[in-house]
Amino acid sequence: MLSIKNLQASIENTPILKGINLEVKPGEIHAIMGPNGSGKSTLASVLAGREEYEVNGGSVDFQGKDLLSYSPEDRAREGIFLAFQYPVEIPGVSSTNFLKTALNQIRAYRGQDALDAVSFLSLMKEKMKLVEIDQSLLSRALNEGFSGGEKKRNEIFQMAMLEPKLAILDETDSGLDIDALRIVANGVNSLRSKDNATIVVTHYQRLLDYIVPDFVHVLYNGRIVKSGTKELALELEEKGYDWIKEEADKATV
Amino acid sequence: MSKDTQILKELTSSEYKYGWETKIETDSAPKGLNEDIIRFISAKKEEPEWLLAWRLKAYRHWLTMKEPRWPNVKYPDIDYQDIIYYSAPKQKVGPNSLDDVDPELRDTFKKLGISLEEQKRLTGVAVDAVIDSVSVATTFKESLGKLGIIFCSFSEAVREHPELVKKYMGSVVPANDNYFAALNSAVFTDGSFCYIPKGVRCPMELSTYFRINAANTGQFERTLIIAEEESYVSYLEGCTAPQRDTNQLHAAVVEIYAAKRAEVKYSTVQNWYPGDKNGKGGIYNFVTKRGICAGDHSKISWTQVETGSAVTWKYPSCILKGDHSIGEFYSVAVTNNMQQADTGTKMIHIGKNTRSRIVSKGVSAGKSQNSYRGLVQVMKRAENARNFSQCDSLLMGDRCGAHTFPYIESSNSSAQIEHEATTSKIGEDQLFYCNQRGIDTESAVALIVNGYCKEVLNQLPMEFAVEAQKLLALTLEGSVG
Repeated sequence: MLSIKNLQASIENTPILKGINLEVKPGEIHAIMGPNGSGKSTLASVLAGREEYEVNGGSVDFQGKDLLSYSPEDRAREGIFLAFQYPVEIPGVSSTNFLKTALNQIRAYRGQDALDAVSFLSLMKEKMKLVEIDQSLLSRALNEGFSGGEKKRNEIFQMAMLEPKLAILDETDSGLDIDALRIVANGVNSLRSKDNATIVVTHYQRLLDYIVPDFVHVLYNGRIVKSGTKELALELEEKGYDWIKEEADKATV
Repeated sequence: MSKDTQILKELTSSEYKYGWETKIETDSAPKGLNEDIIRFISAKKEEPEWLLAWRLKAYRHWLTMKEPRWPNVKYPDIDYQDIIYYSAPKQKVGPNSLDDVDPELRDTFKKLGISLEEQKRLTGVAVDAVIDSVSVATTFKESLGKLGIIFCSFSEAVREHPELVKKYMGSVVPANDNYFAALNSAVFTDGSFCYIPKGVRCPMELSTYFRINAANTGQFERTLIIAEEESYVSYLEGCTAPQRDTNQLHAAVVEIYAAKRAEVKYSTVQNWYPGDKNGKGGIYNFVTKRGICAGDHSKISWTQVETGSAVTWKYPSCILKGDHSIGEFYSVAVTNNMQQADTGTKMIHIGKNTRSRIVSKGVSAGKSQNSYRGLVQVMKRAENARNFSQCDSLLMGDRCGAHTFPYIESSNSSAQIEHEATTSKIGEDQLFYCNQRGIDTESAVALIVNGYCKEVLNQLPMEFAVEAQKLLALTLEGSVG
């Protein structure tokens, strides 16, 4: 589904990603872990098409398409969803209105008719249950005055509504208490299917107790330096990142 | 919610949508301005002697005045001798019903989306449509008439209700009030007149549609709204003009009179042709709008959405004379490309316990300049006057300007005046967030701007709010990215 080859990217001439290779197949959950500043969030942003980042080399194939040649909105319409680490506030625009606009533009791109108000509302109701989100939150302005947990839940709700092929969760666990974490993870798990895939970017192992990954990759200094299964995450939890850093630094010398 | 989708759908055409010209024969005065032209207009309209005298007095005063140069706008000198001051669609007889109206004219209304018949049947909005300053048809007159409501063209009011016109015309905006008001008083050709008798709540929104059609004409209409004691009316005005290379002048006067416990809600969506990207053509919109809360507990509320015009100079104001009277001003002013707007309000607190509220939302894009200019004045005997002002500016790109000129003058120490102002930019983060959800940049801008203006748009009646949202989106197309 997703094939990243030797991806290199920089911001303001500072190289961040220095050759990422990653294969993601339908149905899989991949966790990307790593110390602060290793390039985890950059990878998520580059995949979503954030313009501040310059791609300096490599390729990204998404379902047979050259992802890097697509605009951010077309990537979204092709089925890429990024759950933001810091969801932005848009004053005066209700979540409902925002999502309806998004969903119908995605549908138009795919040659589907726009959803009418009734079908849209019933879809919303169905997905609201999934992520245990309250109606009142959705009639408020998007993310405005939301707590950290509410923002993250809203991200997962949007994901449920837009039904992406590939969801990238960027530090979705940061700032969540244990209940919110469980709700968010339940949402992600119940949306999982054999046709879609998820990349979970996280600093801590904690989230992976709830969203169990098939593969764990450790990103350090712009490269994936170690890959494994969920046991790797546990090992990292126990031993920290220093041993990985040492190993990686040795290998590059 | 369905209205939003509709808006987004219609976001695809980027040119000025109302830029066609209706080919109807017009009956025009020669170019230029002098006493003979004024006599010509007055004679054409078969006006009484007192009105001609009033016009001439205004004209003579105008000659002594200087065009105001204090607004924060720049435009070349206007040649007042190069304007046609009277242009009326040619008609053999005055229309008695919709069927008598020139079919081409009716087509125009259809293009504007205000097909009179449809309006009549579906929306229950009474429309008085004014093209080139002559009112061509007034719907719903009969059913309003049963309630004693008068809603007609200004000319008809002069003919049928001269006592009311004589009493109130110029009582809120005197003929010598300012340069453009004086010009209007001298040469106005038509407009709308509305009278709500004591105790009557007008059951429908009264709506007027203005449009400048013929080339080189100025549009000088007058609107007079009189709300007697304990009455209520909601009045809507929409404006468009065809696309032209030359600038056209629009200098209107609106007067509102509210008696004891009367309430007038005046909403306008202004979409005059703004000129092209390089600032060629467009309307000069120099308008004087003022209301007086003459009676105790009366209320006047202005809501305006300004998206068009090359240059706008406009300050809908309230004189709060009655005790406990309330004045409100809700405004969205959007400028793009080379547009310039200097707009705001004046709230003059004279009576005791008077309250005013100002919410101004400016959006600037392209190389445009957008200024808010407001005056809150509390007179000596205005005990416990209250004002709240909020002026927000939203900038798009780095070549436009937003300016705020708030003036506060208080002569009573019991007054409470609050002023809040913010300036923000549409953030890359917000746009990227929308993009990442599959929303293209144009729609994202429309969404963000509509959200920003929500407080004002919420004041508009439903049909107008939809139109206003569409206009905001259209005006700002191509302004980001």
